[in-house]
Amino acid sequence: MKVLLQHRVDILLFILLFAGMSFALYMALIGAPTEKTMGDIQRIFYFHVPAAITGLTAFALNFVASLMYVFRKNRWWDSLALSSAEIGILFFCMLLITGPIWAKPVWFVWWTWSPRLTSSLVLCLLYAVYLLIRKSFEDPDRKAMVAAVFGIVAFADAPLVWFSIRWWRDIHPSPMLETGNLDPSMRPAFYTCMAAFLVLFLFLVRRRFYLEQMRNRIEWIYRRTETNRMKGILQ
Amino acid sequence: MLFFGIVVLVIFNFSLGSLHDTIRPAVPGILWVAFAFSGTLGLNRLFAAEKENGCLQGLLMIPADRGAIYLGKMLASFFFMLIAEAVIFIIGLVLFNLTVWAEIPYLVLVFVIGTLGFTAVGTLLSAISVNTKLREVLLPLILFPVILPILINAVEATDIILNASDYGATNLPGTSSLPEGLKLPLTIMSSFTVIFGTISYLLFERVLEE
Amino acid sequence: MIQVRALSKHFGRFSALRNLDLSVSAGEFVSLFGRNGAGKTTLLRIIAGLSSPSAGKLNVQPLQSRSPGFVRGSIGYLSHETSLYMDLTALENLRFFAHMMDASAEESDLKQRMEQVGLAGREREPVRNFSRGMQQRLAIARAFLHDPEILLLDEPFTGLDPSGADFFKNFLAGLHAAGKTCIMTIHDTYLGYEIANRLVVIENGTVALDVPKSYLSYEQFREKLQRLSG
Repeated sequence: MKVLLQHRVDILLFILLFAGMSFALYMALIGAPTEKTMGDIQRIFYFHVPAAITGLTAFALNFVASLMYVFRKNRWWDSLALSSAEIGILFFCMLLITGPIWAKPVWFVWWTWSPRLTSSLVLCLLYAVYLLIRKSFEDPDRKAMVAAVFGIVAFADAPLVWFSIRWWRDIHPSPMLETGNLDPSMRPAFYTCMAAFLVLFLFLVRRRFYLEQMRNRIEWIYRRTETNRMKGILQ
Repeated sequence: MLFFGIVVLVIFNFSLGSLHDTIRPAVPGILWVAFAFSGTLGLNRLFAAEKENGCLQGLLMIPADRGAIYLGKMLASFFFMLIAEAVIFIIGLVLFNLTVWAEIPYLVLVFVIGTLGFTAVGTLLSAISVNTKLREVLLPLILFPVILPILINAVEATDIILNASDYGATNLPGTSSLPEGLKLPLTIMSSFTVIFGTISYLLFERVLEE
Repeated sequence: MIQVRALSKHFGRFSALRNLDLSVSAGEFVSLFGRNGAGKTTLLRIIAGLSSPSAGKLNVQPLQSRSPGFVRGSIGYLSHETSLYMDLTALENLRFFAHMMDASAEESDLKQRMEQVGLAGREREPVRNFSRGMQQRLAIARAFLHDPEILLLDEPFTGLDPSGADFFKNFLAGLHAAGKTCIMTIHDTYLGYEIANRLVVIENGTVALDVPKSYLSYEQFREKLQRLSG
């Protein structure tokens, strides 16, 4: 029964997502006014920034889940940590792809070592390493613990990376622009996209989490079957 | 460890050979790359002796707090790395024709804090990687993204000292007070060391248990 | 003194211990039998604190009530890995672990311990040059440096020649007389039966047999063991 309920929530979420994202697309591409200086390319902004915020939320979730696993050793938290890390990387990839697409026409370069871009790259790398560490361990409990430790390390590292890079950029300035304030007329579009992205995030993490829980369940079933088989032999 | 660092210096000398006398701005970066690579080599071998005969088990059975193992290993790698850095630096002075006298105390400060931060988190990550299938290959991969703040700040701090780059500093190296420009990188490096030293000390046991 | 309740340990799909119950009182000398892979080593490791259980409760209470942090100090664990540093000499190994285990690191004491295990005169040799039997003797010396009251021995007779086995048998008898508690994994049925005062058989991660020695004669025990192990 629990499974069915999950499905209901997910179906609801999916409908909400579909409607929300469609509306967001409309708002971003048509509804919002065109920017004076950059033109239509600026519309990527409505997806670029929400992707960043969602990605960071994902990593914050990973931190919390990792912390909880270290204290509780409950695989539920580990599944959450893994799911949020993977989805976080997904959103960061979105970020790192939309960024250059935007940058090329506006700044005439694909990439600049601006603090935000560089930090995003490093953060994405950190969590890719998180996944790599997971791959390097066989035993699920060991894997979960070590990954949780690294999850904590990675999240503690992020602000330090950000500050270091920002300071470095201050010292070696290069021509670049950062996005400025948001014009009030653009706010509806932005908020709509932000909300749509959060729903997307929720949906994806739930599904990924569910998949991971299923894997844990299968593991448990294998063990249980073996135990029952043993009991049959012994008695 | 030592030879590897020196080899790195030599390689850089060849790859940047066209710069000749103007290489001085690049020296801090070169130095810290050499330090980082040789430090990684040292970290790789940090738990090698323990791995050989299950000695780690013996260490885990001590009555004291298991974080003490972390501290011991960290200090060991810190000292070895510092010694290697000193030698690499001296050889670097020769290879790149630098003269530094008044700057030495500041350099020592930067090297010490930087190395402390490096080994604080490196020891933990080394303990992680030594238990994996990939072993030594994994350590550089997981170390470098994490160590980035240390590298960035150490390179810049070294740059400020060696090249007397102002970056808004009002004091010149050699005067009694710390140059303004050094305060920020040293603060970040120290925070890094304290934060990761604490995290590693607390979580070290978790990484080793099965 | 050592209480294990509903202990389970799994590594992914593989269950090493399933719902295991075991209680060992002070002064008991348990011989742990079982096939390879039955879970004996895992059980010992969990009691020693080297491995954490997946489920269940573990309670280790030394006679002198010490805080949890010092429970390790009352345990002497001998695994099938010698836990000796190959590149150090025998004396250096003992001195290092003596310091770590808060035991006497006086050279005379350490030399005496080496004499006890029959390695007198080899103090300054690197352990790398020792034979397997000699390494095992040194490992025994190392495990008992801090005079632990709880002994967890995982196949301690491995690699020992007959004289070594004799020595260790007497050594254990002495410890038993002194009231130490011991759980020992062993494959040699006769030796295990002889030394212990309680016999436990582990099969497939649970306790298959748990009797005081007085209940069964050696032949009876061996028969039961064969039936259980198949």
